[in-house]
Amino acid sequence: MIGNFAYAGIWVLVAIGFVVITFFFARLIRPQRPNPTKSRNYECGEFPLSDSHLQYNVKYYLFALIFVIFDVEVVFLFPWAAVFRALGLFAFIEMLVFLAILIFGLIYAWKKKALQWV
Amino acid sequence: MGIISKLPAYVERVPGGGIMTTSAEKFLNWSRASSIWYMLFGLACCAIEGLMATGASRYDFDRFGMIFRASPRQADLMIVAGTLTHKMAKRVKILYDQMAEPKYVISMGGCANRGGPFYYDSYSVLKGVDKIIPVDVYIPGCPPRPESVLEACLKLQDKIKKEKLADWAASTD
Repeated sequence: MIGNFAYAGIWVLVAIGFVVITFFFARLIRPQRPNPTKSRNYECGEFPLSDSHLQYNVKYYLFALIFVIFDVEVVFLFPWAAVFRALGLFAFIEMLVFLAILIFGLIYAWKKKALQWV
Repeated sequence: MGIISKLPAYVERVPGGGIMTTSAEKFLNWSRASSIWYMLFGLACCAIEGLMATGASRYDFDRFGMIFRASPRQADLMIVAGTLTHKMAKRVKILYDQMAEPKYVISMGGCANRGGPFYYDSYSVLKGVDKIIPVDVYIPGCPPRPESVLEACLKLQDKIKKEKLADWAASTD
């Protein structure tokens, strides 16, 4: 009897085998004429000015994190606003609590100087 | 490596070996000719008036297996559509060099062929794209009709179908 996970294993083997076999035959068939320009990074017809592996400033990460918080906030706010009358007072207070938590988070981030670009 | 391009020279010496090379040739050429992916690359009005109309539903490049690719790494064909200035010529050369083998070039319209209306008294226009890269098919017109672009693709397919494996071996490192 074959277990359910065996199907996944077979699938993985077939996937790996497909890639290996395809690349092997491509290597047999393709003409190869390397040149320095071909090995260079593609930048829309320009020669690249620097290495493609750039390091980004870690400060972008903080901004991204704060953005995600308010992004999620908006995701919750819009459906709530759309059925605001039907939900009534309870939902209103609940949303105020939710906003208060996030605003405390913002104040904390502000106090930690996460909003400043140093 | 390209082992298969070095083989025919040996196989053809064996009596009856030609049958093998010609069938392999036929198969490879058929597959290459049936899926010419062209690079998304427009320089001037030819790209807007001729090439876009040819790619759209009425004339329909797709039925020849032609799809545009946004990267030279995935493209087989470069359609030089429009006026080629000296400034752009450098970039065209780089893009052509970055395309994967086997690669083909169609020169589309009077400007790409020979400078077109800019042939006289122009300091900035390259007088023909064949001055920097090898061209397989030329299309006359300003801009060419979509039918003539399709005709050029059929011509290119005919050319690909006549290729010999031994020619590849001669030009491969």
